[in-house]
Amino acid sequence: MLAIVDSGGANISSVRFALERLGVRSELTADPAVIRAAEHVILPGVGSAVEGMKRLQAKGLIECLRGLTQPVLGICLGMQLLFESSAEGPTKTLGLIPGRVALLPDSPGIRVPHMGWNTIMAGKPVALLDGIAKAAHFYFVHSYAGPVNPFTFASCEHGTPFAAMVKRGNFSGVQFHPERSGAAGSRLLQNFVGGRA
Amino acid sequence: MLARRIIPCLDVRDGQVVKGTQFRAHEVVGDILTLAQRYRDEGADELVFYDITASSDSRTVSIDWVTRVARVLDIPFCVAGGIRSLDGARQILHGGADKISLNSPALEKPALITALATEFGSQCVVVGIDSWQEQGDYFVKQYTGDPDKTRATRWRTIDWARAAQKLGAGEVVLNCMNQDGMRQGYDLVQLKLVREVLTIPLIASGGAGTAEHFRDVFRGAGVDGALAASVFHQGTIQISALKNQLLADGVPIRP
Repeated sequence: MLAIVDSGGANISSVRFALERLGVRSELTADPAVIRAAEHVILPGVGSAVEGMKRLQAKGLIECLRGLTQPVLGICLGMQLLFESSAEGPTKTLGLIPGRVALLPDSPGIRVPHMGWNTIMAGKPVALLDGIAKAAHFYFVHSYAGPVNPFTFASCEHGTPFAAMVKRGNFSGVQFHPERSGAAGSRLLQNFVGGRA
Repeated sequence: MLARRIIPCLDVRDGQVVKGTQFRAHEVVGDILTLAQRYRDEGADELVFYDITASSDSRTVSIDWVTRVARVLDIPFCVAGGIRSLDGARQILHGGADKISLNSPALEKPALITALATEFGSQCVVVGIDSWQEQGDYFVKQYTGDPDKTRATRWRTIDWARAAQKLGAGEVVLNCMNQDGMRQGYDLVQLKLVREVLTIPLIASGGAGTAEHFRDVFRGAGVDGALAASVFHQGTIQISALKNQLLADGVPIRP
């Protein structure tokens, strides 16, 4: 079973529907026991880091998430929360991946939020990208982003380079939305549930 | 590189996709799910679902329809129509939408933009602006879903676009009403004017008739996406062919 962490974020349904299209059974849950027992865990989330952490805190999920040993995939804000902190607010985030999330700067021709389809540059081979063309586009929608560092497996550029995919041990994160990234995104989710994360 | 977006829009009324000209004389053009799936398969970059009479009829878009569309789409999905509250927006986002677009209710209560952006993040708050050209300037219209209820507002388009961004909007869709359904091309002058005062993405709407119109609006007005309805519904322009043409013209596009 795959657990989608119910962090109270707004658009969790699109992740659930994407898994449904792949024939993967998922459960939306905030129950630490259910999350611990799941084979795979997805941490979704849209909104602000401060609100996101508040919701995880309120549901008593912070220690549960930090202690998971099965494959975990953070999506968008869910990925940003894997880092240590965010410039979006004074809150510490989960601290599973080194680095601080920062606001993308706007400049002429560079609009923030970074909204739309962009390509990524994979630095090292990563199982999540198995079978996905190098030139594939993924759908991004965010104003904050994590830094490129040794845990970055793919980067993207929007005025400045930022982390598009991160991985440390069993924790992976994608800044884009695989559930809304057409065939490439479906394949990535398929790769994740195939256990090859 | 960030690709420019091609966005088909489903204007929905009574559970059917409709199309009008200059926001009047709407005719039924097709079934919601059939069109949504067709555009997904043809390579649309995003889909807008617009319940055009929700605001003028003082109701919210049907959540059931949002969910039915969201289930079949693997591309981003923006929903518009009568969203007046945090709860209303939350229901639509929970229903499977990725973004919500506000139009008339944002004019009724501009603070709603800020409240929604704070709760859900700017990235999922789109402000739609219906702009009418008159005597050399552009003005915002309200309740445009029903010709009998459409009315002028105190806002100049440029001022409202700027205000919407300041209040927390993450994107603006500019509907150039004079061009709507005319297929004579987008209003490059107006779009360029608005593009220059915004730092958030701007989507052009109204006037697409040929593939060249899309090329012109990306090149000439620097917009981030182009929205169209009738040319796609009626098959005058096929999205996959349009994207190939734009790629050949050097416009950054997701193939």
